[in-house]
Amino acid sequence: MSALLEINHVTKKFGGLTANNDITFSVHENEILSVIGPNGAGKSTLFKMISSFLPTTNGEVLFKGERISNLRPHIVARKGIVRTFQETTIFKSMTVRESIIVAQHLRAKASLAGYFWGTKTAHEDVESFGHYADDLIEFLGMSEIAGEQASNLPQGNLRALGIAIGLATDPKVLLLDEPFAGMNHDETMSMVDLVRKVRDEREVTVLLVEHDMSAVMKISDRIVVLNFGEMIAEGTPLEIQNDERVIEAYLGSADDEIGI
Amino acid sequence: MLKLSLTQWIGAGVFFAAVFVVAPVTIAVLGRTDLFYTLTSVGLLAIASAGVWLTFYIGRINIGQGAFALLGAYVSAILVTKAGMSFWISLPIAGLFAAFVAVLIGLPILRLKGVYFAMITLVLTQVFTLTALALPITNGAKGITSIPLPGELSVLGLTLIPDFATLDNPRQAFYYTTAVLMVLTFAAMYRLVNSRLGHLCRSMQQNEELASSIGVNIAYIRIVIYAIASFFGGVGGAMFGSIAQSVYPSSFQVADSVNFMLNCFLGGLGYVFGPMLGTFVLYFGWDLLFEFGKYQMLIYSSVLIFLILVLPNGLLSLRLSKKRGQDK
Repeated sequence: MSALLEINHVTKKFGGLTANNDITFSVHENEILSVIGPNGAGKSTLFKMISSFLPTTNGEVLFKGERISNLRPHIVARKGIVRTFQETTIFKSMTVRESIIVAQHLRAKASLAGYFWGTKTAHEDVESFGHYADDLIEFLGMSEIAGEQASNLPQGNLRALGIAIGLATDPKVLLLDEPFAGMNHDETMSMVDLVRKVRDEREVTVLLVEHDMSAVMKISDRIVVLNFGEMIAEGTPLEIQNDERVIEAYLGSADDEIGI
Repeated sequence: MLKLSLTQWIGAGVFFAAVFVVAPVTIAVLGRTDLFYTLTSVGLLAIASAGVWLTFYIGRINIGQGAFALLGAYVSAILVTKAGMSFWISLPIAGLFAAFVAVLIGLPILRLKGVYFAMITLVLTQVFTLTALALPITNGAKGITSIPLPGELSVLGLTLIPDFATLDNPRQAFYYTTAVLMVLTFAAMYRLVNSRLGHLCRSMQQNEELASSIGVNIAYIRIVIYAIASFFGGVGGAMFGSIAQSVYPSSFQVADSVNFMLNCFLGGLGYVFGPMLGTFVLYFGWDLLFEFGKYQMLIYSSVLIFLILVLPNGLLSLRLSKKRGQDK
């Protein structure tokens, strides 16, 4: 397997605080890789640097050998690396279908002026957006809520909508921000299935940042563990489960959280 | 998506009849040609307000449209009086120049959101007024006066618009010109809002981070929209200057900028035609309250507060609320 995404010696400092220190790992094509760690381990910061929502202090992120860090988010998205957000970040007053149609921005062939004047390409685009949206809605099993306004959806559906919006861009790498946060066992299991299905049938490489250990163990091909901004382990779920430093970090974290 | 329904055709028909037939005929019957001037003002203010509405559409509160109206008025006045250019050529140039300045100003300030952007735009009008006072080319506080009326516009010997100075009633000519400009402005707005650019604006209005994560160049679209918005401001201002035949630094003030914004609020931020209705109601509402003398402002502002409390989505939400979902 070849490395699709390479995180090369990435460091992030906020003033005197080092949020990420010299992180290096790579994500292979078509795998599901999870980054885990206790609160404050620097997961979210790393996630934002990979999607260029934050600049790196040192080091770089490469996609197919090309640097994608320290760019602007929409440029990273154009290259095929698309992030999702946690549930509050949606297009509130759009329906599920409208959100998916808008999110196909990168698939548009006509220019914005073309849409204004109603050129042939623009009409073809609009038609193709509709078909693609319907396909995706069916794929994700969201047919029943396709016409619902996003602000009316329950939490579980919002998470799926976030993934739908990300998938609508036809990405090569999907970055998921805590997809299991706040979910009960059943919801977590159906989300695990969904993410697997996305990887298998849409051939999307998945990098996710997550807190929930049990879900991560089930879903991941490989896992990277962060603690206090340092990368302390990398391996398969089995290797990670038996890694002493990981056990220590997680068992120790309960006291630390109280202390902080 | 862009095909009009029967109701929309009827609506458009009624609107055109009202603007181009009913209003002129009524004015002729009443013999109140001064109403032409009033209605022309409403039309021009509606064009400038349309620009403000458009910046609302990308989630920015714009209280600086007066600056661009003033800019447009000066550009046109200077081109006509000092360069001897035809008004009809100076009109689009005024709009384009306002758009160009909007790009320069927008690049730094459009990064700001919410109240910060609003505050900066609020200052803009004052800055432009002071600049007009200071610059030699704008003739300071004396302003530019005795601007000639728009001349003839002809293409290949065919007269499209006659010389306004030769007309018996130039006010009526200004009225028709404004009506056409207003129709063009709102047709373009309707088209824009219902095209892909409009959809992207809505996505940015609701969540800029998410919009950029799906590959939308939000900085670019913000600039494009602000430039279009200011183009409308420039064109509206230039027409005003030509009708008044004069431009002063005080022609457009902070209060005007605030009114442009109020027009949008009153008409409804969710409806393309909101600023047009809002301008009409605000303008005539103010005039109708004239007989209350010193209580005019008190009643006017109380009614405004009441309307915004009761109809937070604007006047158009009264009629359109039931089919709002379909419109989008």
